[in-house]
Order: sequence, then structure tokens, then C-alpha cells
Amino acid sequence: MRAIGIVLAGGNSYRMKELSQKRAVCAMPIAGSYRSIDFALSNMSNSHIQKVAVFTQYNARSLNEHLSSSKWWDFGRKQGGLYVFTPAVTAEGSFWYRGTADAIAQNLSFLKSSHEPYVVIASGDCVYKMDYNKVLEYHIAKKADITVVCKDIAAGEDVERFGILKMNEESRIEEFEEKPIVAKSNTISCGIYVVRRRQLIEMIEKCAEEDRYDFVKDILIRYKNMKRIYGYKIQDYWRNIATVEDYFSTNMDFLKAETRDYFFKQYPDIYSKVDDLPPAKYNVGARIKNSLISSGCIVNGAVEDSVIFKKTYIGNNCYIKNSIILNDVYIGDNTHIENCIVESRGTIRANSYYAGTDGIKVVIERSDRYVI
Amino acid sequence: MIKKEMIAMLLAGGQGSRLGVLTSKVAKPAVSFGGKYRIIDFPLSNCINSGVDTVGVLTQYQPLRLNTHIGIGIPWDLDRNIGGVTVLPPYEKSANSEWYTGTANAIYQNLDYMDSFNPEYILILSGDHIYKMDYEVMLDFHKEKGAEVTIAVMPVPMEEAKRFGIMITDDSRKITDFEEKPANPRSNLASMGIYIFNWKTLKEALLANAEQPGLDFGKHIIPYCHGKGDPLYAFEFNGYWKDVGTLNSYWEANMELIDIVPEFNLYEEYWKIYTRSEILPPQYFADNTVVERSIIGEGTDVYGKVYNSVIGCGVTIGKDTIIRDSIIMNNTVIGDGCEVYKAIIAENVELGNYVKLGFGEEVPNETDPHIYSNGIVTVGEKSVIPEGITVGKNSCIFGVTSKEDYPDNYLASGKTLIKAGDE
Repeated sequence: MRAIGIVLAGGNSYRMKELSQKRAVCAMPIAGSYRSIDFALSNMSNSHIQKVAVFTQYNARSLNEHLSSSKWWDFGRKQGGLYVFTPAVTAEGSFWYRGTADAIAQNLSFLKSSHEPYVVIASGDCVYKMDYNKVLEYHIAKKADITVVCKDIAAGEDVERFGILKMNEESRIEEFEEKPIVAKSNTISCGIYVVRRRQLIEMIEKCAEEDRYDFVKDILIRYKNMKRIYGYKIQDYWRNIATVEDYFSTNMDFLKAETRDYFFKQYPDIYSKVDDLPPAKYNVGARIKNSLISSGCIVNGAVEDSVIFKKTYIGNNCYIKNSIILNDVYIGDNTHIENCIVESRGTIRANSYYAGTDGIKVVIERSDRYVI
Repeated sequence: MIKKEMIAMLLAGGQGSRLGVLTSKVAKPAVSFGGKYRIIDFPLSNCINSGVDTVGVLTQYQPLRLNTHIGIGIPWDLDRNIGGVTVLPPYEKSANSEWYTGTANAIYQNLDYMDSFNPEYILILSGDHIYKMDYEVMLDFHKEKGAEVTIAVMPVPMEEAKRFGIMITDDSRKITDFEEKPANPRSNLASMGIYIFNWKTLKEALLANAEQPGLDFGKHIIPYCHGKGDPLYAFEFNGYWKDVGTLNSYWEANMELIDIVPEFNLYEEYWKIYTRSEILPPQYFADNTVVERSIIGEGTDVYGKVYNSVIGCGVTIGKDTIIRDSIIMNNTVIGDGCEVYKAIIAENVELGNYVKLGFGEEVPNETDPHIYSNGIVTVGEKSVIPEGITVGKNSCIFGVTSKEDYPDNYLASGKTLIKAGDE
């Protein structure tokens, strides 16, 4: 393979509200049985990238647990494999990662000791399928210094949390603004970059010398007139999940047949850590409409237009509508849940009522649970 | 020097011919069970849960599915530097090359494998029972009694005892006598086919009986040890144990899983059952679906109605289709408007639209009445049944069938339709 991979997974987002208290954005459960980072890792694996580094920082317990074995993504290699880099105290310093570029700078030996000519950088909080080789071929054909994967989004959609770029006819990026208040175009950066390894080392070293820490601000934007930075536009499904609303609607997208078909039925697959859970069980009284149910669930009530994650128990006479129930939640009898995201490992008492009236309500409920 | 206290030898070479077309292409231990599992998952999970990390799996009949399922043992954490799972097929030798001719003969042919771990005890298991058992408890019993051989037994109703090998014991559980399928049983302790041997005793017994044709544990080795005066003990097991050797018992064991709190509970945190999961996505239910008293595996899409059934992974159940009292294995596609009653449908089967299974009077099967009975319709793997066909009870279908195979779009009860040959 001609490239190594870097997955940026250290971030937190205040836009995730209470959901980020528990875990990094990249460890957010997606579509019933996956986690956000599975998409980037599976894409790496399916693109035959054999050596991948994951940079973690914020609240990484859940993420590290998920990455505890690399075999699920076929990274259990002797040559290469999966590397998880957390900030560490070294002879050079004891800083946290002060930005994406700083994270790479603090682990520059990973880049220096590799021999592959290119690097694919991806963020772990996006849901998409991509063959990075196609971007790499484009990158080589354009003789680019950096290639940025980008996507047009519908006018009127909220773009203020993305990098906005403008390309000329040749697809060279002329303007790049990070999180502008008023956007000049509707092309956003997907946070996926291809760059030559030596080029990256050079730029990162320069950044570090000047105490600059951010890949977008201090490399892409700063160098955009000096280096050949190109955009690679995609039409396929791509969603960032780093707000409560986007997280909710991305999960709900999987209730559509075409989304499920694209991710689950079409080759190649998305991989994830395998839990040893029994099949889902439906007792008398279960009524399910337009919903996804994961393994290990026991359902006794009604579920409509919802995504139920693994190992959830739904009691008798419950009604779950337009909601997301994360892993290992116990829902007591006669409970009504509507327009909610129920945080994982919650225990909801019988006869409870939760409904999001304006927008999605995040429910964190830690009643005592008695398990035999 | 490598030293393992106890290693397991798992007999998984049998065909299991009483499962009819379900085992025409796979060995019985590789047959699906309970939605996402295969029968061999139960003894393998028991091994790792009991702390037995070295397992030799003896294969012979149709081993492909079994080999791919076991792989290097990752699902059971049996991928080990020393020990782990090893698949042991029969192999050619400079003289006396032969197939495994009997249960003990298969073990005899792998003496070198066992020797390499320098064990104290050998655990002999068979790959065709559904149960959860802690072999370590059995080993403790074996040591405490100072036994040379311990046989796991289970009390069965007296009237059923004549179907089993029966052990007669004294008060200390020492075996005084045994009888194979006796007409008038003297005890109700049935052998479960699970043995712990002292390695030296087993090795000596196997070498002494090496020339015996069809060398078998029940018929030859146990009587030999008993005749020699070795202390044999019976370890009584009182949990759930089910032989799924016939289509009817296989169907019943699956159906027992859908009880509210089943006797054999897969949902306990303690003593998990592991399996290779190929399909990860959750299952999808469309509008206008009904699902009641059923268990359903990953990645299955339900557009119809499912009652009292066990559905595997990656299955599609079409619109307005009704499934009742049936077992459907992985990756089978059921068309729209079908009605399926009391059927066992194996993997990768395609049912066209408006197919009806399990209709009509119950008539004994014409070819194998002892296999296809109790009104069950059995469909073998990779079979195709075209649109609009109605099939009677106690029938069996295997292979890619077309409209011409069904006069008047109908297969009467008790008929067997097998399209031979490879596709």
C-alpha cells in the first residue's frame, strides 16, 4: 500500500451536549451496532491501508475499550496494524494535544519511521463509505500537495460548524474559511485529507517551530496560496455527527432502505467490535414499526420509527416513538418515550414519561437496577 | 516443557443422518441453532468458560463449513500461543491410512496431538448437544473420587431410558455396571457422551484396543476399562441438556428458546455462548409487521408477520408473509405473500412469492418416515422454491426446483423432492 492512515479521534464537542460527558464523539454509537470511528477504520481497512494511527485525547475510556483489539478491522498485523496515541509526558514536554497539527507533531516519529509515500488523514466522527485510493489517485493526477475531500450541501443548511471552501475550475482551492459566520459557498470540507508524507512532516515541523497547532487554520488556510491544495468532491452519503441534531438524524437515516442498502448490503462492509450477544427476542405484546433493533434486546412493548441499540430491555406496554435508545438501557413497564435520545446504561423506572417537545431531548436516567 | 492439566477432544466428524437434508452438505456440529449459533458453539463455549484452552476438533464428514466457522478460534478466545483450537482431520500415514472408523479410533489416531501437551486428563466431548456445563466441576469430582474415568450422566424419565446408554452406580456414584439401550433399564442415569480420562489410562486403553474395528468409547473403551477393574465414576448433571439428533428434537429445542424465561437462557450474563458473527447490522422492521414470541438474528429485514419462530441472521421476510412455528436459518430470502407453518428452512434458501409450506393432511413421509415426521416441512440449504407453490406436511425439499417439479403447483404431504447433483 502506498499510504498510512491517521484517524483524528481526540475531539469533544459542546454541541453534543450531555452525550459527550460520557465519551468522545468518535465513540458515539451509530445505527444500532456500530460506533462512529468504525466507519473511518473500515474505510482504511477496505482501502488496504495497513498501518493506522488513532489520536485520542478527550474522555477516551469508551473509545479505548472499543479499540482494545485491532482484529475487528483486520488490523491485527505484524506489518503495520493499529496504533493508538494518547498524549504522554516525554522528554520534550508534557502537553495535551493543543490541536490537530500538534497531535501529529507530538507523534512525528510515527510518520518518520514509515516508508509509505502518502498519508490519509480522516476524522473519526463522520459516517460515510469511501475508497481512499480514489482520492489518492486524484491527488497524484493533480500533482497536488494536499487534497481535501469536500461535499456540496443543500443551501440553507447550517454550515457554520464546517470549513467552507471555494475551488476554481481546476478544482484548486482558492478560498478556505474555518467555521465562518456567513458562508461564501456551500462546499464544505469533509475533514479527509491526502498529503505526501514528507510534505506533511515538513509542514508539521514548521508549525511546531512557530507554535502553531491547528491543521486547518495553520496549514490548509495558511498555505493555500503557496501550496497546491485541491478539492475532491464527493456525491455519496457523508454525515458528520458532532451535534445532537445531526447525531439524531444520521441514526434516523438508517431507517431508510437506501441508506441500509448502501452501508450494509453493498460491498465492502463496515466492521465493528463483536459483542457476544444473543439474538433479539420478542415476547407477546411486542409491536414494531419502521425500526431498527439490535442484538441482545428483549422487547415486550411498542416501538415506532426508532433505533434501538444493543442489549436494551423494553417492558410491557411501553411506547417508544421517534427515539434513539443507546446500549444496555432498561425501560420499565408502561413507559412513554418520544423524540428522545436515551443515554446508554440508563435505567428508566416503570410508568415514566419522557417527550422532547421542541427538538430532541437527551435523557440520562440512573435509577437503581437490580440484576440477578 | 509444555504442560496442560486438561485438554479437550471434541468429536465433530459425524454426519447426523437423522437430521435429513440439513446435514447433506454440512456436518451436524455446523448446523445452525437458535438464530445465530451453530451446535458446536455450545461445547466450545463451555470449554473456554471452564478454563479449558486447548481443544482438538476431530472432523471428517463435510468439514468445510465447520473449518471456516472455527477458523483460528477467535470467537471463543481460543486463538492461543500454546494450545487453542486445532482442527484434526484424518490424515495419510506411511502405513494403515484410514478414515476415523469410530469415536475412540479418531482419538487413537491423534495420540501425538494429545502427547504434545503433556496432559494429566483428557476431556472427550461430542459436538452435537445443546447444554451449558462447567467441566471444571466435573474434573474436581473426578479428582476427589480418585477415578480413572468419569462419565457425565443425567437422570432421564424411566420410560425414555431405553433410548440411552445407562449407567448403574452404587451410593458413592461408582459405576458397577452399564447397559446400552436396555429393554428393561435398571437405572435412569443416561450417559451424555462426555468423559474425563486420566491420560495414562486412556492411552493404554487405546493402544491395547488399536486393532479393534470401529473402535468406540461406549462399546469398547469403557467396557475395557471396567473389565480391567479401573474405578469408573458417574458425574450427575442436572442442568439443561438436549440431544438435537432428530429433526423433531432439533425443532423442539429451538422452540424452547422463545419461552418468556426459557429453561435454557441465552440472555444470562454468566456463561455466555460465543459464535462467529459475520453479520453485524441491526434488524429492521417495516410498517405493518407483527412479531411475537420469536427470536431474530442480526441484519434480518422483516416486512411480514412472524409468530413463535426462530429466525437467523441476514434473513429477509417479505410483505404480507406469515411465518409461524418455524426455524429459518441465515441469509434465507422469503418472498411476499408466503405462508410458512412448522417448517425448518436451512441457509441461503430462496422462496418465491406466494409459496405455502405446511398445508394439508399429515401423511407419513414416503422415503424416510422416521426422519421427516411430526408435520415438519424441511427445506435443505441453497434450495429454491418457485412462486406460487403449495407444499404439504412431513415433506422435504432440497435443491434448485422449478415449476415443472410441482404438478398443479403442489407437492403433497409426505413427499420428498430432492434435485440431486451439484449446481
